[in-house]
Formats: sequence, C-alpha cells, structure tokens
Amino acid sequence: MLVSLLRSKLSEYRGLLGLVLLFQAIQAFAGLYLPALNADIIDKGVAQGDTGYIWRIGGWMIAVSFAQLIFAVSAVRVGSKVAMAFGRDVRADLFHHVNHFSAREVAKFGAPSLITRITNDVQQVQMLVIMTCTLLLSAPFTALGGVVLALRQDVALSWILVVAMPAVAILFAILIQKLIPTYRKIQDYLDHINEILREQLTGIRVVRAFVREPEEVERFRQGNEALTTTSLYSGRMQALMFPMINVLVNLATVAVVWFGANRIAAGDMQVGAMVAFISYLVQILMAVMMASFIAMMIPRAAVSADRIQEVLMTNTSVAIADNAVTQLDIRAQIKMTGVGFAYPGAEQPVLSNVNFTLEAGETLAVIGSTGSGKTTLVNLMTRLFDVTQGSVMFDGVDVRALDPHALWSRVGFVPQKPYLFSGTIASNLQFGKEDATEQEMWEALRVAQAEEFVRSMPGGLDARIVQGGVNVSGGQRQRLAIARALVRKPEFYIFDDSFSALDLTTEANLRAALAPYTRDAAVVVVGQRVSSIRSATKIMVLDDGVVVGLGTHDELLATCPTYEEIVLSQAMVAGAQ
Amino acid sequence: MSDTKRTNDTDHEENIGASVGELRSGRWNTVGVPTEKSKDFKATSKRLVQRMADERWIAGVVLITGIVSVILVVLGPRVLGHATDILFDGLLGRNGRDGINFESLHKTLWFAVALYLASFVLAYMQTFMLAGIVQRTMYKLRADVEDKIHRLPLSYIDRHSRGDLLSRVTNDIDNIAQSLQQSLSQLLTAFLTITGVLVMMFVVSPLLAFIALLVVPASMLLMKQIAGRSKQKFIAQWKHTGELNGLIEETFTGHAIVKVFDQQDQVESRFEKINQKLFDVSNDAQFISGSIMPSMMFIGNLNYVAIAVIGGLKVSSGAMSLGDVQAFIQYSRQFTHPLTQAASTANVLQSGMASAERVFELLDAPEQEPEGDTHLAGNVQGRVVFDDVSFSYSKDRKLIENLSFVAEPGSTIAIVGPTGAGKTTLVNLIMRFYELDGGAITLDGVNIADLPRSELRSNIGMVLQDTWLFNGTIKENIGYGNPSATEEQIVAAAKATYVDRFVHSLPDGYNTHLTGEGEAVSTGEKQLLTIARAFLADPAILILDEATSSVDTRTEVLIQKAMGALRKGRTSFVIAHRLSTIRDATVILVMENGTIVEQGSHEELLERQGAYYRLYQSQFSAPSVELD
Repeated sequence: MLVSLLRSKLSEYRGLLGLVLLFQAIQAFAGLYLPALNADIIDKGVAQGDTGYIWRIGGWMIAVSFAQLIFAVSAVRVGSKVAMAFGRDVRADLFHHVNHFSAREVAKFGAPSLITRITNDVQQVQMLVIMTCTLLLSAPFTALGGVVLALRQDVALSWILVVAMPAVAILFAILIQKLIPTYRKIQDYLDHINEILREQLTGIRVVRAFVREPEEVERFRQGNEALTTTSLYSGRMQALMFPMINVLVNLATVAVVWFGANRIAAGDMQVGAMVAFISYLVQILMAVMMASFIAMMIPRAAVSADRIQEVLMTNTSVAIADNAVTQLDIRAQIKMTGVGFAYPGAEQPVLSNVNFTLEAGETLAVIGSTGSGKTTLVNLMTRLFDVTQGSVMFDGVDVRALDPHALWSRVGFVPQKPYLFSGTIASNLQFGKEDATEQEMWEALRVAQAEEFVRSMPGGLDARIVQGGVNVSGGQRQRLAIARALVRKPEFYIFDDSFSALDLTTEANLRAALAPYTRDAAVVVVGQRVSSIRSATKIMVLDDGVVVGLGTHDELLATCPTYEEIVLSQAMVAGAQ
Repeated sequence: MSDTKRTNDTDHEENIGASVGELRSGRWNTVGVPTEKSKDFKATSKRLVQRMADERWIAGVVLITGIVSVILVVLGPRVLGHATDILFDGLLGRNGRDGINFESLHKTLWFAVALYLASFVLAYMQTFMLAGIVQRTMYKLRADVEDKIHRLPLSYIDRHSRGDLLSRVTNDIDNIAQSLQQSLSQLLTAFLTITGVLVMMFVVSPLLAFIALLVVPASMLLMKQIAGRSKQKFIAQWKHTGELNGLIEETFTGHAIVKVFDQQDQVESRFEKINQKLFDVSNDAQFISGSIMPSMMFIGNLNYVAIAVIGGLKVSSGAMSLGDVQAFIQYSRQFTHPLTQAASTANVLQSGMASAERVFELLDAPEQEPEGDTHLAGNVQGRVVFDDVSFSYSKDRKLIENLSFVAEPGSTIAIVGPTGAGKTTLVNLIMRFYELDGGAITLDGVNIADLPRSELRSNIGMVLQDTWLFNGTIKENIGYGNPSATEEQIVAAAKATYVDRFVHSLPDGYNTHLTGEGEAVSTGEKQLLTIARAFLADPAILILDEATSSVDTRTEVLIQKAMGALRKGRTSFVIAHRLSTIRDATVILVMENGTIVEQGSHEELLERQGAYYRLYQSQFSAPSVELD
C-alpha cells in the first residue's frame, strides 16, 4: 500500500526526484573524497614538510566542502518541495474523493477518522518522503563508496561486511514487522480520541446539562490511556534501534582487529590497511544507521498509507454514470415509479413502491409518523442515496443517469437540521447562489421571513455566523437555511420538515410569501402540521415506508383513515375549538 | 493571552468590514485561530520542561545512564587503540616475545566487547526511560486539554472552529511527542559527547582545541539565523494545519448540504487555497531546517581543513608530532558530528515548540466564572426566581433586559413568542450556560452563581432543540441521563416516552448502535430518545425546548400525556410554538425582543386581549383543522 501510494503520487515529480538523487550522489562522493585528501596532506605534505602542498590541498579541500554544501542544500531544497507537494496532492485527492462519497461511505469511516486521515496520516507519509529525500538518498552512495574503498584495502576481511550488513537488515526487518501492527493501533486510537473529543464539543450543552463531565473525562482517559500505552510500547521498541546499530558497528570493528591480527601475523596485511579498513567500515555502517533512522518511520507511514488508500479505493455508492446527461429539457417534473429503498442487510425496506408525478407549479406534501420514511424519500430525490428499486426521474431522466451537478444545480434543499457554515450571512447565502447580488439576497431573506432580524444584526449581511450557526436561534437558523435554498431560484424545492422551529405566525407569513416565489417550481414539503400542508396540490401519507394515501386534503379525509387519524390528533392537541 | 485575544478581535472586525467576496474566498474560519506574531518560544519550552517536572527522578537516571554510556563510547576507541599497540609491539618485537601476543590481544578485545555491550544496555535503558517520560507527559497534556474543555465557557467553544480545537489535541500533541522523542535523547547524547571530546582535545593540544572551539560560536550564530527564520514558518505550518482541519471538519459535518447545493467545487477551491498555503510554509520550513545539517557539516569541514593545515604546518616546523595531529583530526570529527546532530534536532524541536504553543494557548484560555460552594437544602423544591436579569451575547446587541418572574415549585411555565425573542437563551441562563450581565437567578432562594454547577444542573433535566446522541447503543444513550440506571428503569423510561415502540422494530433492539451520522433512527425518533434521557434523569426541574418539534402529531399527543405525568410535582419550563400544547401551563410568559411583555394563565391572557391573544388568534383563526 505504501509503495503503491508513493508510486502513484510521486510519479509526477519523477524529474525532481532524479535531481535530488543526483545532488545527493555528488554530495555523498564529495564527503568520501575529503578523508582521501586529508590522507594526502599527511602522507605527502606533513610527512615531507612540503608547506606549499599543504596550502594547495587545504584550498582544494575547502572547494570540495563548499561544493558539498551547495549540492546538499540544493538536494534539501528540491527534496522538501517534492515531499510537501506530495503531501499537498494527497490531501487534495482525499478531500476531493471524500466530497464525492455518499452519506453511507462517510458514515462507514466516520467523519473524525476521515479528518485524521487527511491531516495526521498524510503527515506521517510526508515525513517519510522528506527524510528519504534529505537523508536516506545519500546513504546508498556513502555505503557503496565505502564498500569499494574498503575492498581496496583488504578483500579477505570483507566477509565481516557481508555478515554485518545483512545482520543489521534482518534485525530491522524483525523490528518493523513488530511495529506495524502497533502503529495501526496507534492511528486507530488517535481516531478514537478525535471522535470522543468531537462528540464532546458538539454535544457540550448536553454533557453539561446532565453533569456528565466526570464520565466524559473518564471516557477520554480510557482512550488516552490506550493511546499512551501503545505509543509507549512502540517508543520503547524504537529505542532499541539506535543502540542496536551502534553495538553492531562496534562489534564489527572488534572483529576486524581480531581477525586482522591473524592476517597481520601471517604478513598478509599492513596495520595501516587495517586502520583504514576500520574507518571505512564505520563510514558504511554510519550510512546504514542513517537509513535505519528513516526505517523507523516506515511502520507508521505504512499504516498511514493503508488508511489513506482505504479511503481512496472506496467508491461512492452514488456513482456518476458514464456519459451522464448534463442537459435537461426544463419542465420541472419529478416522477417516482415503484421506488423502494432498503439498507444493505436490513430485513425491512425503509420505503417500498412509491409512485407519484409532480409537475411545475405543484406542491407535494409528505406527512407521516416519525420514522415512516419521509426523510429517506427526500434523500432519494437529492440522490444522497440511490434507490434499491424503481426509479426517480427529474424532467424525464433517471437521476442515476444524470450528472449530479445538473441535478443539484436545479434543487433548492432545506434539510431537517439547518446546518450553517462559519462565515457570514452573505457567505451562507452565496452557498445557494455563488454570484447572488445583495438585492437577491435580501429578497430571499424577505421571503424566508429573515429580513427583519438580519437587518437588526450588527453588519447585516456581513454579520458573523459561527460553525453550525449556533450563534443564532433555532428558528433564525431555519429561516436562513430556507433563504439559502430560495436564493438559488431552482426548479425544484425540497423542504424537509423545515418549518418545525418556526412559530405559526411566522410560518403562515412565510408560506404566503413563498407561494408566488415558487410559482413555476415543483415543490416537495415534508411536514408535521396539517395546517401547513393542507393546501398542497397532493398530499402523500406515509406509514412504515408504504404510501397509504395520495390526494388532496379533502380526498384524503374521506378515503385515508391514517390521514384522518393525524388530523384528529392535531385537533386533540389543539383542543376543542 | 490578552494580546492574542485582542488580535483576534481586530481580526473579527476586519472580517466584518471586508468585502463579501474576500470573506468567501480567503478568510474562511479565521475566528480564534492564533496570529503568527508575539510568540515566545523560550517561555514555551520552559513550560514544557516544567510539565516534565514530575519525572525528574527518572530524568536524573536518564542523565546518569547517558553520561556513563557516553564515557564508555569515548573510551572504546582507546581500548581498540591499545589493541593496535599490541599488534605493533608484536610486529616490532617490542614485547620481548616472538610475534604478536594473542593472549593479551584477545583479552583486550574481549574487554572492548564488554564495554560496547555495556554501553548498548545503558543507551537502550536511556531511550527506554525517555520514551516513558515523553509519553506520560503527552498523556497529561491531553488529559489537561480534556479537563480544560469542560471548564471553558460555552461562548468560547461556540466561537472557535471545532476542527482547529481537535487539531490541537491530535495533530499538535502528536507532533510534540514525535519531536521530543526524536530529539531529546539525541540532544542529550550529543551534548555529553561534545563535552567529553572537548576535554580530550584540550589534553592533546590547547591551541588546536581552541581552533576547534571556534566552531561553537560559528554554529551558534548560524543556528540563531536559521532558527529565527524557521520558527515563523513552523508556527504558520501548524496554524494552517489547524485551519485546514477546521475546513475539513466543517465540510464533512455538512456533507449532505455541500453536495446538494453543488458546492463541492467551491469548497474544494477554498481547501486548495489553504492547502497551497500550507504547502508554501511547510516547504520553506523544511528547507530552512533541512539546510542546518549541510551548513553545520560545512562549518565542520572548514574546521577540519584548518586543523589539517595548521597541524601540518606545525609538524613541518617540528612543534607537534604527526601522531598528535592524526589523533586530533579524529577528535575534531567526533566533535563536529554531534554538533551537527544537535543543531538539526534542535530544529525538530522548533516544530514541536510551535505545536506546544498552540496547545498552551488553549490551556491558557480564560475559563468560566468560578462556582460557589453554597449547597441546596436536601429536598429541592424547584422555586426559580428571575430578578431583574439582563444578558447579551455581545456588547453591541442587548438580548435580555431587566427580566423578572417567579416560577413556583411544581408549576409549569410556558414561554412563547416569536423566534429570536430570547426563549432558548432564557432557559440556557437557568442552566448557567452563560453568565448574567446583571440581576440574579435563584433556585430555592439560593443564587445559582453561588452553587456548584454540577449541583445546579443535576437538578435540572433538559431536552434541547438540537438532538445530540453519541456513538453508542440506544440503551447507553438513554442511560446518559442517569449512569446508575438499571435496564428495567431504562426500558420503563423508553416505554413512557414512546421510544420502546420503534426500538422494538430495530433488529438489535436496545443494543442498536447509533453512529454520529446515524442512519438507523429518524430525527423525530432522536427527539424521543432525548426525551427518554431526561425522563430517566428524574430531575426536580424540567426544561423542554421545542422537544417535540420533529415528532409527528399523533405521537405527540401520546407524549403530551406522558409529559403531563412527568411534570407533576416538578417545576417545568416549556418552550413550544404550538400554543395548543401549553394551554394548561400555570404561567405563560410571552416574550418579545428579550423582555416579557405579558404573563399569566391562558384564560387571563386571552381576556387581556394583548400580545398572547393576537398570537393565539393568528394560529387558530388561520384556516386550521377542519373536521367534517
């Protein structure tokens, strides 16, 4: 997963990566060249008392180290650019991909997990790429150069290298194997902490109202403890790496002296050669150590890459059709034929066999008890879910064959929970219509009965709205959400129980203002109050996912017992008039 | 902190003044995001170190093992050098024997092996303990943030981007842990090695040691230059990470709306912008901090050349032996290597400090007003009095002014009025979610500001307009109101609030798992669940804020009956738009623009023919339910 993620997202930067490799190679060889020059100063300059030679080679050494500096810094420049661009691209890909998920996929991962994946997990992989570009890439050159130079000193002793290097590699492989499952747990625990905290922040009023702070702190503590215990375990495993490499390097040098002594005694080798061999051995193993430093990051990055790929490889359940229809013959017609919907694995369908046709200028009201499938019906129209049976047609085209943008640009949707985004009143209205003029905005606010309170807010249209819109009252939020849909002037309006937080006077005024505004559109209204839907062209009565009545108020009163029951219940609540 | 706050306020005003287009494009979610200036890293690192104070004993042990381990490492080459001497002596016949003294050589080498193994064990112990220190400190830091969240005023949480707060706990603390883990032990070893090697260098040649020492101020200067630059970039990097997290969180929370309003492209372009900014600053941060290592290497090399040249000249003039120069060169390499390492890890720490600042900033945020320690008499009557209460969310817009009323024990107080009149705010004040600007609210004669918050709130059961359920089973969610409730009590509460009915139709019944984005239950059913939750809590005072607005009317009739039973003997506050549901209230408060314009019983108010009468008329004179 890690490899495939890196390959796919780094291929664009192949050229730059090549450049980093080149710079690192030059830099590494310059580094290896310096000790050779130093040996020259001692052997030829100092030993022979040639002061001029010392100055000359000294100058040359400075030139070489300057070149090393330039290439090393350039490698860092290009390398960090590649790594950060990689991170940026993966984040953008993930965000884009998740935006096309349906509600089901978002629920499957959970928003908190998706958030950690886009930020924290990408960070982990990005870190590996940076370290690779700035440190790891020079290691093979240093090691290779070292091996060549060591072999020039004594071939017979190189078996020590042959033993030491794989030994290091195997020990590392074992550690990494052990660390990977640990890091998987760490990322999951991080998700969990994120989830607990996000729940606490969204439900802070409930937490406080029920005085559940101690329990919430305890819940967090458990998550925190799990994360800490696992992080500690991985931290301690990691702690093994450096000392392990160190001891291996040192034992290898001891081995060189031990076995070198025999060869020296036999006259096969000079003491000087042995000392040089040791210094190259140290250099090689230092390079291996550098590599190991980065190898420590591989387990976590691998886990994070898995988590990223998991999201990228999940396809949305409301896929865009090939050759999707983008042009519609506008007549504002919604038609459902034999529509049914069931959650995968569920025994009972949420909706079954819904049929209706709604033309421009008509209003369909949907009424029914809690959990009867009203919101599901609406979600099928906006294609937040796809039907499992039958079809939903907009202007004669099945929504599944329609380009989602073509669909959504024609719909003004007011959800049951009027979620507003942080920004201003204006920025929220522009969510409905990007280039809405002030005049259009005020008109939409007027119809939504929101003009008065917006005018009284400091800044008017530029008044601040915080995340979720919690700084305005529930009723105001609902009216802003309505205005957001109205400003689009779409062909289709969908109001999902959108008047529930409004007092009846406001609602009556709103409906009166709405009628001329939506004259040419097809309107679907989900509601609870008979008074607010009785004037609809058609009323659909839902009960347990089945349409038990479809007709006008008067027709239904005569033919539909469920409707009559609903009407009666409201009369009872209202009390005898 | 006050500085940051002030900057935020300015930011806020700028935003309001800015053009709409700019607001939409660039300044998304800037509330509460710290500004880049006025950062004090020294103070931050001091605080971070102070937080590790509990670990000082272990830290002491870490230091000792570190010192011993470094001594062993510095000794290592000497022991090996001794082995080389034995070889030489053997070859030159200086040991009085024929050939190499293998017995003595092997003894020396076994000693070296023992030395290295010992240093391995010590080094491992050191990092092992250090990991403990870092992780335990992070554990406490996270726990402190969690505690802090429960002490912050609601107004703070409302104002700040949720995603940014989350980012501080996950991304920032994670970054602190990683950078401490990476850098602390290296920094320590590097420091000790430098000291050790320096001592050895002065022993060999004071002059050359002095030259080598020049590296220190040179690298200090370089570090200062680079660190100053990278600091700003790291701060910006984590700030933008938080900002991005905020945008992501908000977008995913409003996922359906973003889709249906076809705003994906717009949201993505905003994302693109922050993402690009994040790329720019982190690219710079990485480059600047990545340059430290090569620059230090360069300084080291210059020093290396200087020693080689000067040493060479001194040997030629006969002032120094060749062996000494050779040894010195080796030491100077040993000297610059840890220095380079220290410089680059110090920079990793910078990134950690930038994150630590963000966490401390949250921990330093002003907390809610202190609570009193007066207690209520054992048996709470539930008499609530508002005495001349004034309140506003922001200074420029008064919300509630000089409001007074009395709720007698056991009475039902209905609050009606147009949206935005301050009804929800009023009940929020009873919960002491916000602090009053003037006046007092008393419960059984005690000012609620003198009560511990938990004591006040545990006597009040609240059902909010916005339903909130957490990730857990239906049973757990109902039980939230009363952690000690038995299963029978939960089912009884569910039955009384008509939850039992729909729970039975779910495949897993009460064990059905609800997720944040829950598909299993509808909004109306969620409302029923929150009512069951309050029902189970069995409080002396009940607050119902539009509790049944999404419930269908047939179910509502049934709930009203159950509520009637529930309200008996309790003081209840009911906010409802359907006036029919509140006719039997003891007192009806009619609110308009934050003040009570009328109060009395249904009949009294109708007789008065004032605001309530008009409200009532508009609801029932409008063509309503007609029964044939």
